[in-house]
Amino acid sequence: MSTHLDPSAPLQGSASKATERKLKQEARTQVVSYVFMIFITSTAFLTIATDIIPSSFGIPFILLLAGVQVVMQLYFFMHMKDKGTGWVNAMIWSGMFVAAITVATLMLLLGINKY
Amino acid sequence: MSNAKAQPKSVLWDWLTTVDHKKIGIMYMVAGLFFFALGGLEAILMRIQLMFPEFSFLGYQTYNEVLTMHGTTMIFLAAMPLLFGFMNFIVPLQIGARDVAFPFLNSLGFWLFLFGGLLLNVSWFTGGAPDAAWTAYVPLSSDSPGHGVDYYVLGLQVSGAGTLIGGINFLVTIINMRAPGMSMMRMPLFTWSTFVTSMLILFAFPALTIGLLLLMLDRIFGGAFFDVAAGGNVVIWQHLFWIFGHPEVYILILPAFGMFSEIIATFAKKRLFGYSAMVFATLIIGFLGFMVWAHHMFTVGMGPVANAIFAVATMAIAVPTGIKIFNWLLTLWGGRIKFTVANLFALAFIPSFTMGGVTGVMLATSAANYQFHDTYFVVAHFHYVIIGGVVFGIFAGMFYWWPKMFGYRLDETLGKIFFWLFLIGFHLTFFVQHFLGLMGMPRRVASFLDGQGLNEMNLISTIGAFMMGVAFIILVITLIVSRKNTDNVDDPWDGRTLEWATPSPVPEYNFAQTPLVRELDALWHEKYEGDGKMKAAEPLDDIHMPNGSILPIFISLGLTVASFGLIYSTHVITVIGLLITFGAMFVRSIKEDHGYHIPVSEIKRGKGER
Ligand code: HEM
Ligand SMILES: [Cu+2]
Repeated sequence: MSTHLDPSAPLQGSASKATERKLKQEARTQVVSYVFMIFITSTAFLTIATDIIPSSFGIPFILLLAGVQVVMQLYFFMHMKDKGTGWVNAMIWSGMFVAAITVATLMLLLGINKY
Repeated sequence: MSNAKAQPKSVLWDWLTTVDHKKIGIMYMVAGLFFFALGGLEAILMRIQLMFPEFSFLGYQTYNEVLTMHGTTMIFLAAMPLLFGFMNFIVPLQIGARDVAFPFLNSLGFWLFLFGGLLLNVSWFTGGAPDAAWTAYVPLSSDSPGHGVDYYVLGLQVSGAGTLIGGINFLVTIINMRAPGMSMMRMPLFTWSTFVTSMLILFAFPALTIGLLLLMLDRIFGGAFFDVAAGGNVVIWQHLFWIFGHPEVYILILPAFGMFSEIIATFAKKRLFGYSAMVFATLIIGFLGFMVWAHHMFTVGMGPVANAIFAVATMAIAVPTGIKIFNWLLTLWGGRIKFTVANLFALAFIPSFTMGGVTGVMLATSAANYQFHDTYFVVAHFHYVIIGGVVFGIFAGMFYWWPKMFGYRLDETLGKIFFWLFLIGFHLTFFVQHFLGLMGMPRRVASFLDGQGLNEMNLISTIGAFMMGVAFIILVITLIVSRKNTDNVDDPWDGRTLEWATPSPVPEYNFAQTPLVRELDALWHEKYEGDGKMKAAEPLDDIHMPNGSILPIFISLGLTVASFGLIYSTHVITVIGLLITFGAMFVRSIKEDHGYHIPVSEIKRGKGER
């Protein structure tokens, strides 16, 4: 019985040299981005915790950090940076685009002012 | 556990547990036809009530319930499942795949839809169906007494989850499962339109889910999202509903466009004119579909600037739609046209749908809309696009693909009687409604007064509705009496696309060897450039198949039980229902199941070799 046809069969044998090298590099990228994201998160907390930074700057700033965080999450942890994710990229970004326009329009339409 | 052979099963158990896209497609069709008949019956009841002025056939409350259930049933439980049936059956065949990407989820999607639909209809027997129309505007819906609207909220929530799952499944299937050589720009248009439709489902249904959730919180848990006295806002519901609702109409019409593209090309014996323009137009329509929702809300008071923007955006959709119409006409131009029933529906679609498009542009003129809004003019408009577009598409698709799906050809003579009766009945019913609307007859009223000049046209409209009813009965008879036509079913129309390269009925693995696609209209290319058979892209080998599962029924059943708990605020039952659902999901997660293999010897036997 040919097992190569069963997509859910467990893998057998050990990986090739090239794969191993790739995996190692992948692991390093994951750790680096993890540390960086923890850094961003603590920056956000600090921005709000200190009294030095005015909230007029603080709020847009942490929103910006949040945006960076989301993109990094998608690209590094959820592998949208990898090859063969063209459709995923296209659809996520067009979805975000449509959602952004929709939300912006809604806020205008539901606002107190009528245009 | 990996079995070498499939376990023998009883027929019923086989259908209940199947994960085969073809059987699921057939179940969608059967359920869809059932709900179509139900919705049609409700339509006839309404038309009898409106046959004469101040008639008392249905009570006013009953009329509202019948009206609501008619719209809801036709959109969510008839048109969409029938289209899903075709998509399920045909798309994997058209792209040369053995199944969809997630067969288990596919069956879950079907059962969620079915349980949701049945849940909605249980309301008839428990003290009244929903009565706030299919749009369920608040505060009408949030204040509606009884449990009718609760059934609406939860029934749609359950079946909507199924639709979302189905849509995601098609997206992954079309992106990942295409046969070698089947590039995106070689996909048949039905597959393309399924792809764009699935994107619309993915992006539009969440808005409905949120709207229904808010309505449920307001009605069942004392929320105040739509309670003006408590600082809520009623207009938010309309926005959420139409952010979903307008893409929804494109979810319905795009697959029909895809079908017509295939049918017209096949029966004109010509390659589809302007293939890439057709693909591009489909994408543009899909995108613009999200930019126009507020054209349903011109009279709400958004202000002239917002109205103008949405009016222009709406009219812009007429451009890609027009491109499509002209491409169909140019495909027909100079073709050797065959007037089969499938093609008759396609040909009748072009003028009928265009009429609906014209009234659509009229409605999009925001200043004029104040006159048309909420009159029978609107009823006429959306029935011209929905019946003249979607329903004609479904009927055309039935006559076209029936031999592939069910292994027999539908009788052409009976089919033509059905076609003409339905076509005339349809125009008789809805053409006069334009004028009823212009004369001021409001929509969603259970009666009208004598002496306002509305009597004759309402009577004509009802007569047309009866004709459509009779036509539908003839269709059902056709489906039954045609069963002897089992000859010439593999490729009866001299087809162009891959599904016609399979034998009818299609074996469960679809293709003994994955085909190699060399051109757009893959089969046609082989017929004229090759030896008439698809080239194989792989050696003949054992085929891996997924095992069936009963779990989708339990997952859906659990949600249905939980819905009853929510409707009657008995949260013990809600918890039990959710336990069933999550328990079934848990079983699915921990149980290892690697499917089984069909051995080469059996595949050879299927091909008539030994
Ligand atoms: C046998 C053919 C049909 C007839 C005679 C018919 C008749 C009607 C009537 C009389 C109404 C009520 C209008 C009002 O009072 O405002 C209505 C509403 C509606 N119909 Fe149909 N209909 C038919 C087929 C369909 C189909 C196939 C669909 C969709 C696929 C559909 C979708 C709707 C919708 C969405 C509404 C609006 C419901 C609402 O206002 O809540 N109809 N129809
Ligand atoms: Cu619309």
